Amino acid sequence: MAVTFSKWKTPIKEQDPEVRRSNFKEVCLGYSVEEGIKESERCLQCKTKPCVKGCPVAIDIPAFIKCIKEGDMAGAAEVLDKYTNLPAVCGRVCPQETQCEELCTVGKMHGFEPVAIGKLERLVADWKYAQEKKDTEKTPAQTKGKVAVVGSGPSGLTVAGDLAKMGYEVTIFEALHAAGGVLIYGIPEFRLPKSIVKMEIEAMQDLGVKIECNAVVGKNITMQEIMEEFDACYIAVGAGAPHFQGIPGTTLNGVYSASEYLTRINLMHGYEFPEFDTPTKKFNKVVVIGGGNVAMDAARSAKRLGAEEVTIVYRRSLKELPARIEEYHHAVEEGIIFKWLTNPTEYVNNGQGELCGVKCIQMELGEPDASGRRRPVPIEGSEFFIEADCAIEAIGQGSNKVLLSTFPELKLNKWGYIEADPKTGATSVPGVYAGGDIVTGAATVILAMGAGKDAAAAIDKYITEKKSK
Amino acid sequence: MFKIVSKQKIAPKEFDIWVEAARIAKHAKAGQFVVLRVDDLGERIPLTIADYDREKGLIRLIFQVVGKTTAAMSCLNAGDSIKDISGPLGTPSEVEKYGTVLMVGGGVGIAALYPIIKELKMAGNKVITILGGRTSELVIMKKECAEYSDELIITTDDGSEGMKGVVTEAMKMVVERGEKIDRCWCIGPSIMMKFGTKAAKELGLPITVSLNPLMVDGTGMCGCCRVTVDNKIFFACVDGPEFDGHKVNWDEFMSRLRQYKDEEKISMDKFEAEVGEPSWQ
Repeated sequence: MAVTFSKWKTPIKEQDPEVRRSNFKEVCLGYSVEEGIKESERCLQCKTKPCVKGCPVAIDIPAFIKCIKEGDMAGAAEVLDKYTNLPAVCGRVCPQETQCEELCTVGKMHGFEPVAIGKLERLVADWKYAQEKKDTEKTPAQTKGKVAVVGSGPSGLTVAGDLAKMGYEVTIFEALHAAGGVLIYGIPEFRLPKSIVKMEIEAMQDLGVKIECNAVVGKNITMQEIMEEFDACYIAVGAGAPHFQGIPGTTLNGVYSASEYLTRINLMHGYEFPEFDTPTKKFNKVVVIGGGNVAMDAARSAKRLGAEEVTIVYRRSLKELPARIEEYHHAVEEGIIFKWLTNPTEYVNNGQGELCGVKCIQMELGEPDASGRRRPVPIEGSEFFIEADCAIEAIGQGSNKVLLSTFPELKLNKWGYIEADPKTGATSVPGVYAGGDIVTGAATVILAMGAGKDAAAAIDKYITEKKSK
Repeated sequence: MFKIVSKQKIAPKEFDIWVEAARIAKHAKAGQFVVLRVDDLGERIPLTIADYDREKGLIRLIFQVVGKTTAAMSCLNAGDSIKDISGPLGTPSEVEKYGTVLMVGGGVGIAALYPIIKELKMAGNKVITILGGRTSELVIMKKECAEYSDELIITTDDGSEGMKGVVTEAMKMVVERGEKIDRCWCIGPSIMMKFGTKAAKELGLPITVSLNPLMVDGTGMCGCCRVTVDNKIFFACVDGPEFDGHKVNWDEFMSRLRQYKDEEKISMDKFEAEVGEPSWQ
């Protein structure tokens, strides 16, 4: 077959690294409709649709791309709407390279890049939000039952949106003062603008979903109260308790969890201090510990706040880096330094309770561990010192106990996460479902959404059956 | 939005407000706190719940103007609203019948101590309360604490009321006269809790303190409030705020409280430049 289209993805505009490293505006500027149409022509519309199998919410990818190709953006938006409540978010933060795009037939061809599915999804979502809202879109009648959703992150929003579309009255309880969970407090503005998240949430409120902020379930509303008032409940509180390595000096001033560092910047707008009241400090030399997307986010945020030198120390090597490769490239372009096979051993006190540097040790990769990755082991005598006035640990989060400790009926697994049926999200308590990071441990936005999608279907079935009895 | 239903100035720069917050009032217990954000640009700060009225759905907050947020709060009046209040957060005080309890408070820490005094009294304890301050008018809630105390001792640095001296001297006096103390709480400025703990050690008393570190979310999600107790790291917002005073690393705690001193000054200066002299001055 003669191939008539480009081997490469249609290039996408990005803010210049020199410019963006000092602002919080979005890095990727997105396709224009024309660029999107050009990219959509690279899709083979193959009958086997391998890409769909790679999508945790099973979006009919060829169908929405076909609409773009035909210039029917509204049609493309309609296709997406059937499968996802957060297309503008997913088009930006999904790891497409290991999901849909990894399985793309074009990408399997020698020397070809896959279709830029994620960027096309983003284009359609952004196009939709740029149009004027149609008044004709009616809120579905909420007659099928009442569902409580605990947590307004991607999983909770997915359940809420799906159930509202089916005709349920849904109330989301959010502990913080703003809805969106990790999309609001975790992922920085330059990767996912808050205005985008707000638009997706408003779209959900247009469906009739109610969101109550400052509602800490387990503290000001008990699970008992929820069970009495609602027909079913979905718990999606995320994995919000930050881990610390626990090395000496962890409580020095200047040492942060990535959760705190990013929450100050994202949720609290610390980068706009003093216009906003929450302060962030201007540090000169920042060390970030960890290799995931959160570590990249923290490092790139530190750079934007004016740090001269930002170093990521990761105990394995580039090959094992859990962050998305795109995020890694962006970090490198912005001047972030990477120290591979390195682990911190101590935060050093300047004598006044403040951090002045991080003692590290060189690692080498030994035998594979339980995760299948080669276990890093320290090389004796290889200690060295990195001068730093700030260190940020981005080494993962565990399950938050605020709700769980007040609801002992709920069965947990050995890691402290909720035990839930992987297909339905059903927990040990009838009518209570759970999904997202509080079931799987810290994972991705799209996996949390996939869990929400399955749970919404299961909750619908549960309530329908209960009511027909 | 959380509406303020009443406001009273109870001491220089110290205010007492009742706020509509039915859910919080319904579940609040002694020793717990709220995290609030005064407006859309505000930061999240923790404040102890000084009292609550479950029937009316009200909570009571007592605060001292120490920075921008509290200054802005001092400018609000009955009828105005606070943007966000989340709570009741933290683990409640361990209230049971111990026998004789010694309750030591200072500054706005007295507001945190008061509900514990009340619950301990209702649980059948003999309550001896020591309240201290620099001068008489800075010792707040005397009447209310007296109502639930078998004995109330006031100390002032300048001798304007009660014993001349500091709370630790009153603690010694109580123990030396032969009172057998089964449990002791000490809540106030960190320096007072540090020295209260030192005195308790000398007197052989157990002591519980309530730590008020900087916080962001207040639900265990960020670790800003971490404190070292018994050489282990705890999050004061969920594991506390109460801890065994003897095991707290006080110097570290006080150093962490000062982390944003420079930024706090920038905020306060900006507020004064924009708003002018706040009403408390």
